[in-house]
Amino acid sequence: MTQGVGVAGLYVHDQDEALDFYVGKLGFKVHTDARNGDYRWLTVQHPDQPSLQLGLFKPQPPTVDEATAQTLSEIVAKGAMPPLLLVVDDCRASYEQFRSRGVEFTQEPIERFGNVDANFRDPSGNGWKMIEARA
Amino acid sequence: MGSQDPRLLRRLLRAKDRMDAASHEEWPVSRLASVSGVSEAHFARSFKHAFGLPPHRYLLTRRIERAKALLRDTDLAVTEIAFQTGWNSLGTFGRIFRDITGESPSELRAREQRGPHQLEEVPHCFVSAAHRPDLNIAVSEKRRRAAEGNGGGPDEKEVP
Repeated sequence: MTQGVGVAGLYVHDQDEALDFYVGKLGFKVHTDARNGDYRWLTVQHPDQPSLQLGLFKPQPPTVDEATAQTLSEIVAKGAMPPLLLVVDDCRASYEQFRSRGVEFTQEPIERFGNVDANFRDPSGNGWKMIEARA
Repeated sequence: MGSQDPRLLRRLLRAKDRMDAASHEEWPVSRLASVSGVSEAHFARSFKHAFGLPPHRYLLTRRIERAKALLRDTDLAVTEIAFQTGWNSLGTFGRIFRDITGESPSELRAREQRGPHQLEEVPHCFVSAAHRPDLNIAVSEKRRRAAEGNGGGPDEKEVP
């Protein structure tokens, strides 16, 4: 595939903390980690999905002004950013694995409508639904 | 009403998440404040500032949302739904349900089960969030306003 989404970004409160979470706890790989002064372009990717990079960006000047950066950080911390969906082969197994690494689950695996799903949040407040791939 | 520290908001979000996960449980301010790691005095004010409504009212919206889903998607008796969603009294449940949604639990069930649904492809939690009542005034205030139109009525404190 040569066309499609290349990078989709999240706002995070602290990029080191986000890196530790997405790589250290969820098992993503670092794709790009480039700094220019205070600015840091940081993207990770799922090991099974090399075509998509997930950007872990800090809202900060000069990309946005200081007041906007504060507002964005507040919105993320209130859990008001749009939902994210992580597809896994076995929701209960991933739940056990991630939880043992310290991932904060907000809903344990539940089976409904023939599917198993669980919810967790990253340290910044971004909410993920983890859902089992339909067979 | 200035800005709030994102780290505080993140901890307040934890209390909100805990209510979401177990809205049928009792959530006194002391319990919520300890989840967030802030004082009780600080908690209620900070929560309202962050999320736009007091914590106990937020809990009511979650309970009503869940009751509506159970009325729509299951054949459980209304009494059973009241107890499963955290009310100790069927009367209180029915009254608050009507105050918030404008109809009784059985009326809502009859209406919902008549209409077609096309939400099967939307993940469950987003569907339920969309059905959450927008409770921007106190239940007692809502009841008072409704009563003004038909000659007044009893005023009760809003207790989940």
